[in-house]
Amino acid sequence: MPDNVVLHVSDVHKNFAGLHALSDIDLQVAEGQTHAIIGPNGAGKSTLLNVIVGRLAPSRGAVVFDGTVLTGRKPYEINQIGIARVFQTPEIFPDLTVLHNVMIPALSRRDGAFRLNMMRTLDSETAIRQEAEDVLADVGLYERRLAHAGALSRGDKRRMELAMCLIQKPRLLLLDEPTAGMSRHDTNTTIELLKKIKSRGMTKVIIEHDMHVVFSLADRISVLAGGRIIAEGMPDEVRGDPRVREAYLGGAH
Amino acid sequence: MNTILVTRNDLLLLLGFTIAVLAMPIWLQPFGAAYPDLMQRFAIYGIFAIGFNILFGLTGYLSFGHAAFFGVGSYAAVWSFKLLTMDAIPALVFAVLISGLFALLIGYVSLKRSGIYFSILTLAFAQMSYNLAYSVLTPITNGETGLQLTLADPRHLDQALGISSRSPALLGQPLLGYAGFYFCAGLLIVAFFIAQRITGSPFGMMLRAIKSNQTRMHYTGFNTRPYTLAAFVISGMYAGLAGALLAITDPLAGAERMQWAASGEVVLMTILGGVGTLVGPVIGAWIIKYFENIFSAFNEGILHRTFDFLPDGLEDAVVLVTSKFVGEGWHLTLGLVFVLIVVFLPGGIMEGVRRLVHWARRPAEPGRASPRPQPAE
Repeated sequence: MPDNVVLHVSDVHKNFAGLHALSDIDLQVAEGQTHAIIGPNGAGKSTLLNVIVGRLAPSRGAVVFDGTVLTGRKPYEINQIGIARVFQTPEIFPDLTVLHNVMIPALSRRDGAFRLNMMRTLDSETAIRQEAEDVLADVGLYERRLAHAGALSRGDKRRMELAMCLIQKPRLLLLDEPTAGMSRHDTNTTIELLKKIKSRGMTKVIIEHDMHVVFSLADRISVLAGGRIIAEGMPDEVRGDPRVREAYLGGAH
Repeated sequence: MNTILVTRNDLLLLLGFTIAVLAMPIWLQPFGAAYPDLMQRFAIYGIFAIGFNILFGLTGYLSFGHAAFFGVGSYAAVWSFKLLTMDAIPALVFAVLISGLFALLIGYVSLKRSGIYFSILTLAFAQMSYNLAYSVLTPITNGETGLQLTLADPRHLDQALGISSRSPALLGQPLLGYAGFYFCAGLLIVAFFIAQRITGSPFGMMLRAIKSNQTRMHYTGFNTRPYTLAAFVISGMYAGLAGALLAITDPLAGAERMQWAASGEVVLMTILGGVGTLVGPVIGAWIIKYFENIFSAFNEGILHRTFDFLPDGLEDAVVLVTSKFVGEGWHLTLGLVFVLIVVFLPGGIMEGVRRLVHWARRPAEPGRASPRPQPAE
């Protein structure tokens, strides 16, 4: 067991009206690592992510992040602790410009969960604006900064959502299929981007279907099937595990 | 600190708005609406609509109960006249504070829900307020008759200062006629300026972000409830200010000001003018008040004179048809205008203005799709 565990999911169960969506989940993620959760459709991957960010309350068990119990906290409190999330279907502000989409999370980090900030104008927030433009340049959306976010392509929306998370400099970044629906080229760009973040020491939990993405990024992999973790280990160990091949990899790859 | 107080575009808009408001006695002349009483109403309901738009236009929360705060403002102002002084300043301060507190209470409960449930809750609270004012709280509201000034009013402050004014005044200057209009107009401009500041501030951007995607706000670390509650209270205070101003023009407060129809009216004003824009709600308020006061005064005599040039039989027929749309029937015309605007210009009159500007700037590209509605900034 690694001694620098930062995220600890212990003994988590989640039942939906008798259906065991998650059973006996025990997961430890070490600081700075990229931990991938893979598994067939309906394995409970998204449910697990929802439990971590506070969207769902577990039926049993607890999630602890760096000594702080997350279970029972609201999503905004969990974000303020330093956990950001990219959704499977991008959750963005479609009516605002790309730049504002990215400035908002930066203001959240600076001002906290609530601030009656009426005495300034947005135009005077030059530092926040500069920071947002830098992050947009990182993800390759600087040119589109004045476009309405709702008008972006699906791939661009995903990259913008990633920028919205990155600008918060979260300690833990949760990614729910960050490359789903992307072209091979965009997927590779995103992998490069995520590798770049990795060198900054951010811890990541990533749910992914695309094995190319998983094996390019993950330090450790947990395999989820039927709401249980059936295997866990380094990418090579998992790749060779016969149970995993049977449950998941065998048919698909 | 390099805080920019107002950007250049904001300043131009504010300047244009100020000129338009102050010059009302001139440009309303051809419309037959340039008399102080009506212009005062234009200013008052403009304030009401601007405040309503801070909640509805920015956060997207549609309140059907804002007339309650308007009414509370009126009652508070009249009580200030009765107990303290006929001066307008204490009445306004008192009204804004009381309606703000009242909005805090109602908003706190109503904002536990969103969407249609929020709207229904506000509607229920407003109807409760109306019934309280109409019957239960008669000692405070004087029920059906309405709260009025009487000779027996103590007016402690006036008495202590030896003032014996009988009509609302500002530092001794009676607020009658044009003085009353310019007082309300000044406050409308201040109200517009504050709304402009809110819209352009980080706080205003958070409100728009809540309208755009509340889920993302939660996962971005924002506690959205205090934001929506602040917007609710601010818009309630605007409504209270407007209600107090109406009591200043005519020191009488009745329960009917709190009725659902009055709450619905401000929704219509905002949608008609353009939800989420700064100027739109004011224009919507002016149009509705114009219809209510000018269109409703047209009678068959005026119509006969208007259509005098037609042959007799045709004249009678035209007058018969059009008479259904004026006078008592002004609601019918307003309804038609509303339907036409919502169907053809979902962004309200301001969208029409934007389309015109867009069309005027790009005459060389026929058949271009019109721009999507965007909040004016």
